[in-house]
Amino acid sequence: MSDSRRIALAVNGVQHEAETPVREHLADFLRGTLGLTGTHLGCEHGVCGACTVLVDGRAVRACLMLAVQADGCAVTTIEGLGTDEALHPLQAAFCAHHGLQCGFCTPGMLTTLAEFLQVHPDPTEEDVRVAISGNLCRCTGYDSIVAATMEAARAMRGAGA
Amino acid sequence: MKAAPFAYHDPRNVEEVLHLLATLENPRLLAGGQSLMPMLNMRVAFPDHVIDLNRVEGLDGVTERDGALRIGAMTRQRDVEEHPLVRARLPVMAEALSFVGHWQTRNRGTVGGSLCNLDPSAELVAVAAALDAVLEVRGPAGARDLSIHAFPEGFMTPALAPEEMVTAIRFPFWPAGHGHCFTEFARRHGDYAIVSAAALLMVEGGRVTRASLTLGGVAAGPMRLREAEAALLGAVPSEEVLRGAAARCQEIEAMSDPQAPAWYRRRLATTLVRRALETALARAGGAA
Amino acid sequence: MTAVPPAASAQRLVGRDVPRVEDAALIRGRGRFVDDIAPPGLLHAAFLRSPHAHAAIARIDTAAARALPGVQAVLTLADLAPHLTDTRLVVALPSPAYRMELHRPVLAQSEVVHVGEAVAVVIANSRHLAEDAAALVEVDYDPLPPVGDCVAALAPGAPPAHRGAPSNLAAEMVLEHGAVDAAFSAAPHRFSEQLSIHRGGSHSMECRGVVARHDALEDRLTVWISTQTPHAAHRLLCDLLGLENRALRVITPDVGGGFGPKLISYPEEVVIALAARLLGRPVKWIEDRGEHFVATTQERDQVWDVELATDGEGRILGVRGALVHDHGAWTARGVNIPQGAVSAMPLAYVVPAYRMAIRAAVTNKVPTTPVRGAGQPQGVFAMERLLDQAARTLGIDRAEIRRRNLVPGDRMPYATPLKTRGGMQVVLDSGDYPRCMQMALDAAGWAGFPGRQHAARASGRHLGIGVANYVEGTGRGPFEHVSVHIEPSGRIVVATGAAAMGQSTHTMLAQLVAEQLGGDMARVHVIAGDTAAAPMGIGGSNSRQAVLAGSSAHVAALRVREKVLHIASTLLEAAEGDLEIEGDAVRVKGVPEMKVTLAAVARAVAGTPGFAIPGGRGPGLAASEEVVIDAMAYANGTAVAEVEVDAETGDARVLALTFSHDCGNALHPRIVDGQLMGGIAHGIGNALFEHMRFDEEAQPTSTTLADYLLVTATEMPPVRILHMHSPTPLNPLGIKGVGEAGVIPVPAAVASAIEDALSPFGVHVTKVPLSPVDIVALIDPAAAG
Repeated sequence: MSDSRRIALAVNGVQHEAETPVREHLADFLRGTLGLTGTHLGCEHGVCGACTVLVDGRAVRACLMLAVQADGCAVTTIEGLGTDEALHPLQAAFCAHHGLQCGFCTPGMLTTLAEFLQVHPDPTEEDVRVAISGNLCRCTGYDSIVAATMEAARAMRGAGA
Repeated sequence: MKAAPFAYHDPRNVEEVLHLLATLENPRLLAGGQSLMPMLNMRVAFPDHVIDLNRVEGLDGVTERDGALRIGAMTRQRDVEEHPLVRARLPVMAEALSFVGHWQTRNRGTVGGSLCNLDPSAELVAVAAALDAVLEVRGPAGARDLSIHAFPEGFMTPALAPEEMVTAIRFPFWPAGHGHCFTEFARRHGDYAIVSAAALLMVEGGRVTRASLTLGGVAAGPMRLREAEAALLGAVPSEEVLRGAAARCQEIEAMSDPQAPAWYRRRLATTLVRRALETALARAGGAA
Repeated sequence: MTAVPPAASAQRLVGRDVPRVEDAALIRGRGRFVDDIAPPGLLHAAFLRSPHAHAAIARIDTAAARALPGVQAVLTLADLAPHLTDTRLVVALPSPAYRMELHRPVLAQSEVVHVGEAVAVVIANSRHLAEDAAALVEVDYDPLPPVGDCVAALAPGAPPAHRGAPSNLAAEMVLEHGAVDAAFSAAPHRFSEQLSIHRGGSHSMECRGVVARHDALEDRLTVWISTQTPHAAHRLLCDLLGLENRALRVITPDVGGGFGPKLISYPEEVVIALAARLLGRPVKWIEDRGEHFVATTQERDQVWDVELATDGEGRILGVRGALVHDHGAWTARGVNIPQGAVSAMPLAYVVPAYRMAIRAAVTNKVPTTPVRGAGQPQGVFAMERLLDQAARTLGIDRAEIRRRNLVPGDRMPYATPLKTRGGMQVVLDSGDYPRCMQMALDAAGWAGFPGRQHAARASGRHLGIGVANYVEGTGRGPFEHVSVHIEPSGRIVVATGAAAMGQSTHTMLAQLVAEQLGGDMARVHVIAGDTAAAPMGIGGSNSRQAVLAGSSAHVAALRVREKVLHIASTLLEAAEGDLEIEGDAVRVKGVPEMKVTLAAVARAVAGTPGFAIPGGRGPGLAASEEVVIDAMAYANGTAVAEVEVDAETGDARVLALTFSHDCGNALHPRIVDGQLMGGIAHGIGNALFEHMRFDEEAQPTSTTLADYLLVTATEMPPVRILHMHSPTPLNPLGIKGVGEAGVIPVPAAVASAIEDALSPFGVHVTKVPLSPVDIVALIDPAAAG
């Protein structure tokens, strides 16, 4: 039985093919093999949420998925959230509201909220707090993140109207 | 915090899974990964083989069958929580799922995975007991049904032979108009429950005609409060009667650890059962 | 330095919520944290750590580990010692209080004294392989009796935490002023408290990490460390590795939070730097969360036995007592936590006589060093508990008793009888503490609360309110280095010994410098935490960098500005007073075509052989400053917490948190608020959630983030922050530090509120954190048995 496998997956819209050790988790694959270091490791036991990415549109803890499980999937990381020309409304709102300080938890916050706002475009503040209750931040105390999310939701509703 | 080496298998159908379970030394089944992956990363689990169930056909989906909801073992918790049939016919399960972990956990975590993990605090295990769930088990000898009440063999140990797996779970419906409540006490939103309580009530003609009371977090397996249920049957569900049912929790044997000693779990159980009953009653039709 | 800061309206950047320069990269996931650094040929390290709290090491056998394919080296202290000038990290702050020398080793060799102490390091092609090999290292341990409790450690006959040590007394000291025993003898009222105060760890989202790489071409070792103090790390590594300054470069990359424990130097840094040299290949070690629990320093337990003496009106006549502090197994910093606690205790109030005796106990646990707040929350907790008891007993409103004792605003600057650890007198420079407290009380509805509480009780709900004041020494000196340089390209480069850990250091410095040099922050490039760019520095701790680095940046920028205007006036043949710096150029006010770019000015004074330098001020457009400020600037604030306690489950929920504070002028209001909010969240954690638990064998039982509870978005109450501004005369900006403020009064305010909520049960709160089980045990001691 081999230690590694070849996998093929789309990451931020780009097709990748690479060899990965079967025991390597998705976060390490994205960071190490693909060099996408925006996804961060805070705990590797599924609590802090810093490693959150979107797999087939759903926010998952990348430290709790094996890379081989992502074969054939479409993954979106923080690097794929906005474009060089335009930030995602969440990113713009985070900057405007001081929703990040050290920036370590931020990618996981953003990917989680990106899916959340797609599914719940008109949340209450309490809904937002519940949505990010699985994302730890030691810097901000969360208020600015919630305010940024409410603003981004407004902007996205306005744009989508 | 990196996993120790293991061989990886991704079978495509149940027969392959069963074959692997029967022939491999020291295998573990990987479902949603929300419980097993932390154990692998922390090197507290050392399987030689990981059998990934995520590509096995026919293990997910929610269907109605013979007065029960049949949920494939690999159905994601998020999909169950949002399923219209669950919301309409098994609202206690939807309510329980809102307490399970966080957004990301439920996106990957599965119903079967949580049940087979049998964490004493797991909400799904408690609610399965509340609903008298039946697990569909497959093994080399064929298929069998196993009641949830016979499922916990010991601490985090299901009554499954090493070559068996759970493929689906059936949750019998309660009639329309039943009252339900799942509640728990946890330190933070999404944390495992220290104690949880599930209450289901049928009230007809002003009397309780059916009751299900379940505690999670007090023992290795969920605890159905049969005596309290029996005491409720036929009774007018007054505040005194509900308190009396809840008070039976003072007598239970409860687990103990430094963070939540047995006396505290008993106290929580009493409080939560009373609150669950009050809410279930308020939601029941025919309460007058 | 008593210069008055420029009027707010004259400033276009300072004092405003300008966009953060850090955000552009971080928001896109383009930060560069230590684990993002991967030089070619990188090897990965994993440490083998002691599973015992206390044991002798009889034998270490690395043969099986070394034989594993992919393993490059397995190193113990025996392998490293020949290449080190010392096998210990001698990093303790000076103090006459020490009774034992406890300098921790680079790797443990014959004895381990805490779970998590590093014994060997494996260097392999991947972290996975390194961990596989670490599991194959054989160590023969002979367990020794572990010392787990700091009070028991000091009891006669307690086993020594270090084999052969005469005792477990790491340090002792007494801080006192006035005739405190006489004050107590004469006092009509005396109150005492026995308190148990626990704080946990840092748990920055990013754990620690080191990458070391020797560049043969430059003959220089570069070490990236997720640290708050790169220059201190540089000094230590040069010392231990026998390197001259130029041969080592320490770089602080983006740091995902520090909160204190990253300010000290660790054995892993020495090991990885040396390993890279020995192996001739870059080596990386990233701490995982499990290691953070056992190898990164923490604050932990203090046991206080304190008394308050008052007159009949509740006015303080004296405070005295003793505290035992859990020092941990080694001196990784000093006695500054208990010293800071005792210094903070009386600070907000007029305390005529004071004596606190400190004993720091060695235990078989990871060393304790400051975590955000650095002992001040403990001192404030003790003082506020005593005042609450006095208020209750004397029948005085808890806010009123504080009003009677707070240092009044009209007595500023107030020379206290206290001294800092450096021996300087503590002078409270500015502030109006009673007015600040009143702001918070009014906003929180203190006066009307009894009515709300009464109504809630009638419907079976237990609401409570609590208040706590603090005064905090900030801006710990003596200096921070900042240089400002306008390059011939016109680019403005700022280099500093300050280090960033998320608190917006780059923005702060860019703001201050751009304010003087053209108003465009995009043209200012800040280099922080690089020992090659700044020749000296102290780094981040004690809420110091805005004060010290900010002052140096401001003064250096002013000097460069002054020279720019002088040179430009020569080049433009205009009076200096008619010139302004706008964007990338100096121009005549009102005549925008008459201008010269900063680049041109820089080139004009770069020097050409044989030609005089225009302006007669010498070459270059640069200034380097280390503004020395020895006195601390004292910030203050008040927290008012409203809580609801579920008497059946013991659940305590903070319903509202009002926080009034004064940190002098605000350089960037939103950043100030962000610092306060983060501290408040941490304070709520310390009050209700964060508990670093050990068993009786000093084995940690909090080992994952599922055990150790950090506050999430759903546990945060609505927070209202109110500001006062009492600019300090101690620095040209009039600012005080704010990084730790939020955490300091919150545990005390929450404890006070819980006690208030449960007053029908006669509950007396004497410890933090309070879990629901603790609260039920207070309400119903019989149930708890």
